[in-house]
Amino acid sequence: MPATALLFILVGLSLIGWLTARARAARFKVAGQRFSSLPGHFGWYVALWTIVPPLIFLAIWSTVAPALVTDAVLSTPAAAQLPPPGFDRAAILSEARELGAGRAYGAFHGLARLLAPAYAAAQDRYDWIATAAALLLAFAGGAFAWTRSKPGFAARTRVERIVMGALLAASLIAILTTIGIVLSLVWEAGRFFQVVPVHEFLFGTHWSPQVIDARDPGASLGAVPLFWGTFFIGAVIAMIVAIPFGLMSAIYLTQYAAPRTRRWMKPILEVLAGVPTVVYGYFAALTVAPAVRDLAVAMGISWASSESALAAGLVMGVMIIPFVSSMADDSLAAVPSSMRDGSLAMGATSSETIRKVMLPAALPGVVGGVLLAISRAVGETMIVVMAASGVATLTLNPFASTTTVTRQIVDLLTGEAEFDSPKTLAAFALGLTLFVVTLLLNIVALTVVKKYREAYE
Amino acid sequence: MSNTPPKMTASHVTVHYGTKRAIDDVSIDIDQDEVVAFIGPSGCGKSTFLRTLNRMNDTVASARVEGDIRLDGHDIYAPDMDVVQLRARVGMVFQKPNPFPKSIYENVAYGPRIHGLAQSKSDMDGIVERSLTRAGLWAEVKDRLSDSGTALSGGQQQRLCIARAIAVDPEVILMDEPCSALDPIATAKIEELIHELRGRYAIAIVTHNMQQAARVSQRTAFFHLGTLVEFGRTSDIFTNPRQERTKDYITGRYG
Repeated sequence: MPATALLFILVGLSLIGWLTARARAARFKVAGQRFSSLPGHFGWYVALWTIVPPLIFLAIWSTVAPALVTDAVLSTPAAAQLPPPGFDRAAILSEARELGAGRAYGAFHGLARLLAPAYAAAQDRYDWIATAAALLLAFAGGAFAWTRSKPGFAARTRVERIVMGALLAASLIAILTTIGIVLSLVWEAGRFFQVVPVHEFLFGTHWSPQVIDARDPGASLGAVPLFWGTFFIGAVIAMIVAIPFGLMSAIYLTQYAAPRTRRWMKPILEVLAGVPTVVYGYFAALTVAPAVRDLAVAMGISWASSESALAAGLVMGVMIIPFVSSMADDSLAAVPSSMRDGSLAMGATSSETIRKVMLPAALPGVVGGVLLAISRAVGETMIVVMAASGVATLTLNPFASTTTVTRQIVDLLTGEAEFDSPKTLAAFALGLTLFVVTLLLNIVALTVVKKYREAYE
Repeated sequence: MSNTPPKMTASHVTVHYGTKRAIDDVSIDIDQDEVVAFIGPSGCGKSTFLRTLNRMNDTVASARVEGDIRLDGHDIYAPDMDVVQLRARVGMVFQKPNPFPKSIYENVAYGPRIHGLAQSKSDMDGIVERSLTRAGLWAEVKDRLSDSGTALSGGQQQRLCIARAIAVDPEVILMDEPCSALDPIATAKIEELIHELRGRYAIAIVTHNMQQAARVSQRTAFFHLGTLVEFGRTSDIFTNPRQERTKDYITGRYG
């Protein structure tokens, strides 16, 4: 039976359970007594018991079933001709499965055609088992709930508990995904570090993944130039742009702007945050980078690169402005207005009040915001892919070409990648490093912000 | 009272917040050597009126002040009046103690620094010590001037705010329910302090506590629903009010 039909049947059963249980509970009456659960709660109780167990069963079944099907096929006589475990065997089996399911119309391997009927039969058999089991579970669950539904039974709290369980499961999925991502990063990075020693990767100053000496891959996979480039573009140049402009616009918006001005200015500033980073990338590569190079040439730096750190950093800084601004806005707004009044009442002007009272009081929040902004800038990819260079140079000159960790990850993983060479595995090591750094930045920033919030609440 | 002209005079003051009228046609004068108490139920406009006296309502965008308020005969809302100068002359203490998150010393030195009152470090030390002494806090904090002002107890914080206000040598001090966030012992200390400050500064104090008004003030103004109902000697207001509404309020009929 197709999965959708089964699903419809289950939903239908559950609906029937809901209607009948509710109708039955409506007649629960004991003189002089009031029950905590309304008929609707009994309906939900039965409906959930009808549909949740089969769904859980089907979810588990769908992960186990393919292995069972394959086992059944392997036990047929035709399977004896299969080559030993390896690429060919897997290819034949997968072809046979596609043929058996009717999703493919021909096969390269004759053996696949031979195995296809066995696949179809096994698949069919297990599908029926699954359908029968699911329906059985639906009836069993519904019957269980039905027999427990008596006057005075706390169906309401049971339903509440199931709802809580569902919400918990939803949040666990996000957490588990994160854990999965971290594990896969760690796993792939671990394979990389089997080939290249950690210290050569972290402290080596030569990065040229295009030419890797197979006898000593670590010699050309030293990531220091990348770390420096990332830091230089994301944490230095971008912040030189973002901090003053973000902070000053926040000060203007919170302390000086009339409500009417604020009402149209703030959304416009927030539009900056909504611009896709690809568009910033175009802007950096096509407008800012040539301008920066021309400026450098005019200043007498004839070798200035058109993929300079300055161009990428400037545009990244502009991108981060609304971020810094809204963090600073929040922390300025969190300073009690009594501080401001106290200072103004002493005869201080607005700018004195901001400089001497508001900013010092908001400083931890602002610092936290800046750290979060750095962690965003460091992880930013699109702008540097389009505007920064692919060549790793260890330089302090903003007009020279510089590359970043994210740019290199993209370079390493695009094109003809074999997924077990040190070159591609290096991307995972870079990703892991970046992840750890931004994680630490976020933790520090959030702790700082939280501490500071507590001080005033 | 004395025969010298009043320190501050407010005549026919009306304040709007947007379209809402907060106070209506209030006239009060404050003499050089007296404490004037403003009493009345919540929302009666007494704090709003107090804040017009040093133009703190300027910080509220929607507030509009009409009428005539003079300090030593000069209109404080005149275009040539520098609000920075005005607030240095008319200091303010708020309902909730609001020391800056700085050291005790820096809290007191804040105003003198802004107004350039000290020529040297020793000048500043003198101002800080004198202000803290007048606020009755010197003995308690003289060994820990570098501690944060926010680490003090509530009552100490409020006296620190008073010290901060008098550090710029004002002529008038406005107090907006200065004891409402304090316990009775701290309150008693502040009241004692108000007695000591009287004569040196003209003082206007908003209070919810009628006993407090009776204890600290020479004249009392009773506000109700944005109007000034009665203004006179404190002893008269509390023993022999002329208005029925005043009598109802001070006997606890409403408010």
